Amino acid sequence: MASKTYAGKTVEVTDEGYFVNSSDWTVEMAHEIAKEEGLSLTDKHVAVLNFIRDKHAKGEVLTIRAIGKSGIVDIKGFYELFPGSPLKLASKIAGIPKPSSCV
Amino acid sequence: MQKEEAPLKKVCIICAKGTLEDVYATLVLANGAVMEGIETKVFFTFFGLDAITKKRMNSLHTAVVGNPSMRLPGNLPFPTLLGILPGMEALASSMMKKEMEKLDIPTVPEFLEMITAGGGEIYACKLAMEMFKLKKEDLADEVKDVLTVGDFYAMCGGNGTQIIFT
Repeated sequence: MASKTYAGKTVEVTDEGYFVNSSDWTVEMAHEIAKEEGLSLTDKHVAVLNFIRDKHAKGEVLTIRAIGKSGIVDIKGFYELFPGSPLKLASKIAGIPKPSSCV
Repeated sequence: MQKEEAPLKKVCIICAKGTLEDVYATLVLANGAVMEGIETKVFFTFFGLDAITKKRMNSLHTAVVGNPSMRLPGNLPFPTLLGILPGMEALASSMMKKEMEKLDIPTVPEFLEMITAGGGEIYACKLAMEMFKLKKEDLADEVKDVLTVGDFYAMCGGNGTQIIFT
């Protein structure tokens, strides 16, 4: 376990940088986490982050397919917004645990 | 999880069988690699071509005869003799598909879309296509090209590359 300081607040994170308590998260923090990952967040990014936080809060398993059906972004667009491994990257920036889905 | 010293950079997956479970093994592995940012190339050959043939991709079946893993609901053994009844294969396959839908596992065409949307590449085997009298137009739009084995191997070089045969 480690801790990080984002937007002037110290939060507990896992060794891989995922938030331990998703309730610690604020959108200001998201901008700073994104910067660490080499991303600059647009409104579209934030809309996706809010969508996946909402899914997480409802206890639903997060899948790329669900994001593609969110109406916010299609799957190709999601890969463009969060390049590389988008589900992990977006989860990290959204302050939710590392995704455990295979699809 | 500890980080590997030499991480996997590219996977080349070969699918030669057309049963529901063989095709899904390929698609889940391929999409999973794309999701991790691993360069992904998939080569469909022989009966595996069913997975990318427009007319067949939505009606893949699982074998109910000669499949010792087959179970009835409630985990009861599935006698092979039952499997010879007309419609049994379609029934078992549709039940499997329903269970997959519950887990948010995509359909075959949707999986192909997801893999290519993330930058993965889908290829068809030239020799098998000639054998089954298939043309490029018969295949899903996501298929990037029709290749010889040699063409495919030529794409599978480089450090951190693995070839997987499902």
